[in-house]
Amino acid sequence: MTTVLVVVIVLLLVVLGGGTAVYTRRGHLSGGSRVPPEQPPGVLSSDQEVGGAERGVADGDGEPGGRGGEGPGLGTALDGVPVESKAAFPAVAEQTITGPSRARRGLAGRIGRAREALTGSLGAIRARGRVDDATFEQLEEALLLADVGLPTTGRLLDDLRARARAGAIADDASALLDALKQDVVELFAGEDRTLHLAGSSPSVWLFVGVNGVGKTTTIGKLAAREAAAGRSVVLAAGDTFRAAAGEQLATWAERSGARIVRGSDGADPSSVVFDAVQHAAARGAQLVLADTAGRLHTKVNLMDELRKVRKVADRPPGAVAEVLLVLDATTGQNGLVQAREFAQAVDVTGIVLTKLDGTAKGGIVCAIRSELGLPIKLVGIGEAVDDLVEFDPVEFADALFS
Amino acid sequence: MFDTLTDRFDGIFKRLRGRGRLGDAEVSEVLREIRVALLEADVSLDVVRDLTERIRARCTGADLSKSLTPAQQVIKIVNEELTATLGGDALRLTYASRPPTVVLLAGLQGAGKTTAAAALARWFKQQGRHPLLVGADLQRPAAVEQLRVLGRGVGVPVFSDPASPVEVARRGVAEAVRVGRDVVVIDTAGRLAIDAELMDEVRDVATATSPDYTFFVVDAMTGQDAVRSATAFGKALALDGVILTKIDGDTRGGAALSVRHVVGKPIAFVSTGERPEDFEAFHPDRMASRILGMGDVLGLIERAEREYDAGTAEKAMERLRTGRFTLEDFHDQLQQMKRMGPLQSVLGMLPGVPKEIRNASIDDRDVARVEAIIRSMTPAERDDPATINGSRRSRIAAGSGTSSTDVNNLLRQFKEMQRLMRSSGAMGAVARAGGRRKAKGGRVTPSLKDAGSLR
Repeated sequence: MTTVLVVVIVLLLVVLGGGTAVYTRRGHLSGGSRVPPEQPPGVLSSDQEVGGAERGVADGDGEPGGRGGEGPGLGTALDGVPVESKAAFPAVAEQTITGPSRARRGLAGRIGRAREALTGSLGAIRARGRVDDATFEQLEEALLLADVGLPTTGRLLDDLRARARAGAIADDASALLDALKQDVVELFAGEDRTLHLAGSSPSVWLFVGVNGVGKTTTIGKLAAREAAAGRSVVLAAGDTFRAAAGEQLATWAERSGARIVRGSDGADPSSVVFDAVQHAAARGAQLVLADTAGRLHTKVNLMDELRKVRKVADRPPGAVAEVLLVLDATTGQNGLVQAREFAQAVDVTGIVLTKLDGTAKGGIVCAIRSELGLPIKLVGIGEAVDDLVEFDPVEFADALFS
Repeated sequence: MFDTLTDRFDGIFKRLRGRGRLGDAEVSEVLREIRVALLEADVSLDVVRDLTERIRARCTGADLSKSLTPAQQVIKIVNEELTATLGGDALRLTYASRPPTVVLLAGLQGAGKTTAAAALARWFKQQGRHPLLVGADLQRPAAVEQLRVLGRGVGVPVFSDPASPVEVARRGVAEAVRVGRDVVVIDTAGRLAIDAELMDEVRDVATATSPDYTFFVVDAMTGQDAVRSATAFGKALALDGVILTKIDGDTRGGAALSVRHVVGKPIAFVSTGERPEDFEAFHPDRMASRILGMGDVLGLIERAEREYDAGTAEKAMERLRTGRFTLEDFHDQLQQMKRMGPLQSVLGMLPGVPKEIRNASIDDRDVARVEAIIRSMTPAERDDPATINGSRRSRIAAGSGTSSTDVNNLLRQFKEMQRLMRSSGAMGAVARAGGRRKAKGGRVTPSLKDAGSLR
């Protein structure tokens, strides 16, 4: 098996000119073979399965090439009733009991708790007084523990060391730490943290990311926020793959007062988003928040599918004003790879960093900002509807070193 | 990229000449590289320190092996230390003498517990058991519904109740007894390790259900936080093992090492996809290779065997050997390969391929161009490109949006390759290279290079 792979790849490389092609990564061109020609989404029927993902479509000897074998079989809606997408879906009755303890938690409490729990490894630095190699080692350790990563940590500390040597920073550990904190804050200077609306309505904000990061929850929070600001919001249940994803989003629709457009399970996500945009336009709603299924950036067909979703969402009357990559703060170095791949595929406009109320510091965003220039727009700090704040570099830098 | 660690070490060690043992200076340099590799892989700082010290102890003053180069020798030691840490005693699942056997899943939000619960239930079913799934995640909207749908998909009943998580869990176990299910898999809500209240809650769930197995479910792409959460969960619950999820991505997966180290219990299962069947036992040696950045070679082979139609691969091999490998075959094989991931990363994971080739860049646009050209040919033309004359060439060029020169180049290069592939020497060398299944950190086989220039 491997032999064939090796040979074919070698063949490919020779055919491409000896494998010295200039490396300009511009995303995977499907060459038309995997993504079907553009089809007007039109009416969404419950068994429509157009799209780059070969979900449920048998390939070769029956082994599905996409996500897997469930396909439409898993997709019959609850009680076998097919789900129409055209009408705004009536809100699903609250099935879960939200314990009072969770609902009562406030923003400050969360951040405060996170800070308390963090061991003050840097208290030791401040106490040191004079700056020596050990000081820099401790600073390096703090940055690495925060998932800032070796390259960015190296850059930050090299710069710091140079300035310290040049006498630009007082020979005092405390001053050094403050300087480093300021450097981190500087990384995020000039970020455009606004969530934009397109000139015409409706604007589409597309939410993308790998599995389990908090896309749906973020949409719920944002929907509530926008609704409170007086905007009419439509949610697009573009995750047509994950079991009960539509129900999950529907609960958030109810909580936030937004309308929701759903498709049947296994349906083409592009169609659902298109439908939502049509629905929003017809009702004069300003904003469509489009959920998508979590996907690993290494899955070529799923990334193709996402590209298509964005393209379709951008068709008049809709206009994609934001493509938000939702990133889990616990993610390590792979976060940078994710950002790079998603940015290439669908032109990410900003990052939402979630689960920052835990012990993770989310330092990978330093690398993302530094290497890709993507702005961090929002931060998720809990599972309740209010737990969404704008990214604050100063607070972030403080937490990084606390 | 695959094997860059070996490459880096080679550079350090080529200065080592005629000395009988691994010198301190070289070992230190090498350990620096190892530290970098491990940190890049998200292994926790403490574990990196611990590991590098152990490796230093084994390397310093060690006699040079007769059969391995110093680089290979060190890599071998590193691999062994990683595998030992990751492996150790495997989890041997035994069933409770008085059913049901209760299995509890806990972890952070989004780790993949619900997916793992369904996968585990299916796994038990395959072992001939009769599991019951209990949906005790009452926090996340539609979590129970998700479990119900998954349960339907794998043919396992799901129990839930809009009570409290502790009550649901307790009632779930009672239900299993009542209806005669011999395994219970309890899915719980994701919770932060520092949320004292919720950690108490999951502890209460454990107290109420006396699980036979408690698994900590952790996302393979977790960074340095893995240690913090594993420590906290390990303190709150008597963990029996770990389930590592989402390893089908390209994360190096150092969290596996950190968690194994902290929890002190085996990684029992890994989740390799979103479907319940994407669930398997953990292979410490493969994870070790992957963490070191040496690629999960065996994983690649298995994935290839899954995605890459065995039948067509064999046929392709045969046709290559007998020189009947056509453009059609080439195109088909390219499509097969693309299912395994971006071609650039597939290339990066191939074993036994010379550095020049491994580090080559594949521009997807060029690949698309090649595919388009082939598709613009008629089946007859693909079968026998000799029939392609000037006008056919123009037609193909026009149809694929390329130029006649491009078409010509493709045909010429392909013909060259066909000729080379027909020669038994080349095929033998490639077969030997491809046969190196396990990344033992060995030097890349020189035989592929020796099989004449492939250009």
